[in-house]
Amino acid sequence: MSALVQHPGYDEERLQRVCGQLPCRDVQAGMLLSLMGQPHQYSFPSIFIYGHRSSGKSHVMHVLLKELELPHAMVSCVECLSVAVLFEQVLLSFFGCDAASLLPRSPSLSDFVRVYRQQRSQRPAEQTRYIVMEKAELLRDADANLLPALLRLQELVEDNVTVILLSEIVWDKFRPNTGCFEPLQLHFPDYSKAGVSQDKHPSHSAEFYSSYINILLGVFYSVCRDLRELRHLVRHTLTMKETDTHKLWRNIEPHLKKAMRTVYLREVSSLQWEQMQQMEEKDTGAVRGLSAHTHVELPYYSKFLLIAAYLASYNPARTDKRFFLKHHGKIRKTNFLKKNEKTSNHLLGPKPFPLDRLLAIFYSVVDSRVAPTASIFSQISSLVTLQLLTQVSHDDQLDAPKYKCAVSMDFICAISRTVNFEIVQYLYDFL
Amino acid sequence: MSTSSVSKGCFVFKPSAKKKKKTTALSLEDHFLHACEGDENRELRFHLCHDLWDKIKTNTEALQDELNRNILDSLLDFTRKCSSTRRHSDWASQMRASEIPTAALVLGVNVPDHDMTFKSLSDLLQQSVTPHVASVQAKECGALKHLMKRVLERLMDTVVDDDDDEEEEEEAEQAGAPLNKAVHCSLGTLCAWYNAKTKKSNLGTPGKKRSSPASDDSQPPPVVIIFKDLEAFNPKVLQDFILICSRYVQRLPLMFIFGIATSPSTIQHMLPHSVSSLLCIELFQSLSCTQHLATVIDKLILTPQFPFKLNGKVMQVLISIFLYHDFSVRNFIKGIQLALLEHFHSQPLSVLCCKKEAALLNVMQLGHLDLERIRKLQSFKRYVEKQEAQEQVNLFTDDSHLKGVCQKLIKDLRKYHKNYYPILRCLHTLTSSLPRYPLGKQIRELHLICLEKNIWENEEYQSAMKLLKMMAKDQLIGLLQRCEEILRPVKSKKMNRALVQLEDLLAKFKQLDIAAEPPPPSVEDRITSPVKDLQKKTDLFQLQKALLEMNESRRSKKLSPFEALRNEALEFIDSLVKSHLSPPESQALNEVCYYASSATVRRHLNAAPRTSIQAALSSPYYYLQNERLQTADGLVSNAAPDICIVYKLHLECGRLINLYDWLEAYATVVSAAEGDEPGSDSFGKVDDVRHARFIRAVSELEFLGFIKSTKQKTDHVARLSWGGC
Repeated sequence: MSALVQHPGYDEERLQRVCGQLPCRDVQAGMLLSLMGQPHQYSFPSIFIYGHRSSGKSHVMHVLLKELELPHAMVSCVECLSVAVLFEQVLLSFFGCDAASLLPRSPSLSDFVRVYRQQRSQRPAEQTRYIVMEKAELLRDADANLLPALLRLQELVEDNVTVILLSEIVWDKFRPNTGCFEPLQLHFPDYSKAGVSQDKHPSHSAEFYSSYINILLGVFYSVCRDLRELRHLVRHTLTMKETDTHKLWRNIEPHLKKAMRTVYLREVSSLQWEQMQQMEEKDTGAVRGLSAHTHVELPYYSKFLLIAAYLASYNPARTDKRFFLKHHGKIRKTNFLKKNEKTSNHLLGPKPFPLDRLLAIFYSVVDSRVAPTASIFSQISSLVTLQLLTQVSHDDQLDAPKYKCAVSMDFICAISRTVNFEIVQYLYDFL
Repeated sequence: MSTSSVSKGCFVFKPSAKKKKKTTALSLEDHFLHACEGDENRELRFHLCHDLWDKIKTNTEALQDELNRNILDSLLDFTRKCSSTRRHSDWASQMRASEIPTAALVLGVNVPDHDMTFKSLSDLLQQSVTPHVASVQAKECGALKHLMKRVLERLMDTVVDDDDDEEEEEEAEQAGAPLNKAVHCSLGTLCAWYNAKTKKSNLGTPGKKRSSPASDDSQPPPVVIIFKDLEAFNPKVLQDFILICSRYVQRLPLMFIFGIATSPSTIQHMLPHSVSSLLCIELFQSLSCTQHLATVIDKLILTPQFPFKLNGKVMQVLISIFLYHDFSVRNFIKGIQLALLEHFHSQPLSVLCCKKEAALLNVMQLGHLDLERIRKLQSFKRYVEKQEAQEQVNLFTDDSHLKGVCQKLIKDLRKYHKNYYPILRCLHTLTSSLPRYPLGKQIRELHLICLEKNIWENEEYQSAMKLLKMMAKDQLIGLLQRCEEILRPVKSKKMNRALVQLEDLLAKFKQLDIAAEPPPPSVEDRITSPVKDLQKKTDLFQLQKALLEMNESRRSKKLSPFEALRNEALEFIDSLVKSHLSPPESQALNEVCYYASSATVRRHLNAAPRTSIQAALSSPYYYLQNERLQTADGLVSNAAPDICIVYKLHLECGRLINLYDWLEAYATVVSAAEGDEPGSDSFGKVDDVRHARFIRAVSELEFLGFIKSTKQKTDHVARLSWGGC
């Protein structure tokens, strides 16, 4: 901790405040500060920070730059639909909105560099300027020249500027094949168990709260290391009073297990969980989770279309004759079992099938005579929009489109039960 | 002019709206009058039809609002609650503030109906919670940029800058002011706009839109974004959008509403945990569409309110389209509209299909031609046959006498409807809870049976009655009481009489309760005594006889007072059914009100493109109506269009078709059509023009999907359809 407090060029009182806001991250923050050097010194052109989700990357950067009042621009790459937004935000936060409006419509990188240099000559940097890019992994999908240019932006604009990239992915996955300037890499490890329990709560004593968190971690730490999720859990499970601690020990475990099933998966929204807690005395399990509602009502023929699609997806086309022809003769499973087909089709996942096959199976499966009306075809496309089927071939291909069935075995079994259709008898895997 | 107001006073009638309506109606009218059956009264029929449809439409809209009210109210509560908890400062809600409140609205797979729900939802939200509502559809948001643009446009009511938009660019350049550039497409802009907006309204200059009475000024109204069809959205786009939104949720009170057609688990399929953890999802389930349909049928069809009726077959078509194909109530109502239009368009006697007074008036104004039409009606003929000879002659010769009779018949038909529906409901209440539902679970099934034929001749009816005869007392009394409630509001003499009888019966049931008499001992004696006799008998024949006798006696044993009363009640119900639930076909003049052409409805609503293509190709006369094309059944005239000839020839081939043979056959047919002498040189010869026509016809056939090119054999094409030769 003392390492953080002693950095020349920064106000000691402020460093102290930073320190208070960054529990368990003082090592990393200290490292960063020493990399950044004193405010007026040139810093390393680009720094690459990686670590898992919610390991405090953005938070550390945010607190450091805010508290130390350094000129900076925080940009999230998700938000940058086009590079224009990125450039605009950077210029806006460094030079004000006049500079941002100097950018032409759909600016290129060189436009940005030109405007930046022009502005810099008017207002040269007294302190290092920082550009923090969150979710930098998205930069890989941007123009090929953007990432290399950002990495050596300091040279390009001849200004005291440092680009800091924050990412959940290691640098190796970023490196473009044309080669580029190597940024300085910094790793943020996950918060440790001990670190998490240092969290504070406004209305509970530190001792109680940390022991409570320890219990919680005992249940959840094995499945979840995400700090944000853990906080979410703590918030929802912490409803009891501090006094009945002893009773707590015995009663809390099943409670937490239930939370693992529902709150962690966000099956139940936070508001509903709170209501559930209040009703707890009366009855439990009144609120069902999101995935409990899997029942889907479909029109009669849509059900059969879906069943036909499922059969077409999971049965090899060769076997159709055996299932859907009245007089198929005696064909045993071994007769058409090929060597490489010993694995179950259900393990391999759905296979694409053409529209003709779907309709042929549909007509033989459905018990009444159905005219091939327009609404049958429109039902197929509405099944696609409902994501129960997926179209494999391209949209433009009008001739013989191909589909895949995208529903699970349980789902199709439930559907076929409602129309009294024994689907298992028609599945090659279960023969 | 009239108003809906009860009070007396001066009312302003704006002429402009009315005029506008008239002009549009005029064009509608023209369409209607064109090729309309029966010239004399077609204007009148058009107006009747129009009025009736307006009435039905307002009724259904009110009904749907009523049905959606529950779920919409709870959604509104949810939005209010969300915007209010945002302000709380306790620990838990502060932590929750980072989540975006989201309502998952499960609406069912009847996507066509959703539009109306969403429209009323956004209207309600705008009226009572927040002016900032934007709804987006998947098809207009292919990429994140488009989604962002749509949201911003709809919230801010402005044109948002788009990099692809070149026209705007020019405009901006012309203006020569880069500072006045149109807003950029990001949530930051939205944030700034929102802050400006709320600040302005807090200063006390509420805009026209900001007259929301429910939200306090201290509490900024939320920004609601409705995703109408969640399943159809590109998951990547949605994820990115949510990620961006969650960055702004501290500054901008955002809220989402997801319209879900299948099941809520699609949210989990579409969004990874890292994204869905940014949402605070609450589930809302709307009424299922079958319930929705049941209510619509109940309020729209099973009521004497509207004179227009559907017969059994048309009902069946509409219901099966609903159940088998789309689950869409909107389409069901559209089907009724189609039937209504067709009825008034094709049936000249539909002038009588209106309110009682108007119908009676219209009867008096019927022309001779219309009266002749009445005389030709099936139901009227049947009615005449039952009359005496003199009366029959009178009906066929005396127009004014016929008019008088018609008035009476129209009145009878109205009375029939008035009694039919209450009795139908009574029967339904009695039978809908029976085991295995002999007469159907839904009232529409019972209605269909009644429309078809005499229900009391139906086997299911008999078995239902048998089951009713075994019903326990409490249950029966409960059902009868519900019947009583159904009959009570009906204003008709017969129904009042029935009600009195029913009340009598119920009173008797109650008396039974009070005077629960001890079981008569004599019955037991009579049963036990033959058992004693039985032991004496040794002969097998004797024994059988004795057993039969015993059975007889047990069956004919004296009924307990409750059983007697039960039988009496059921006989009463049976008599009601027999006198009121006869099918409408038995009523004279039913053709006036009942639309019967199920084939038309089916053809219009459940189109079969393949059948019509085949019909067009095999008998071109059907569509072209050219006399020259008319031929005997199954043949194609050689003057038919090329494609028809080619189609006909290809039907005679096997799976693979030799193109050259085909061409020669075609040339022969065509030269016969052109009048070449069979013996001449040019007969059947392939010249360039015929060759070109043939190739065009073949490629048209390929386009329609009857043949396709194949590599199996050179100069051959493969046939894609079976049969024909």
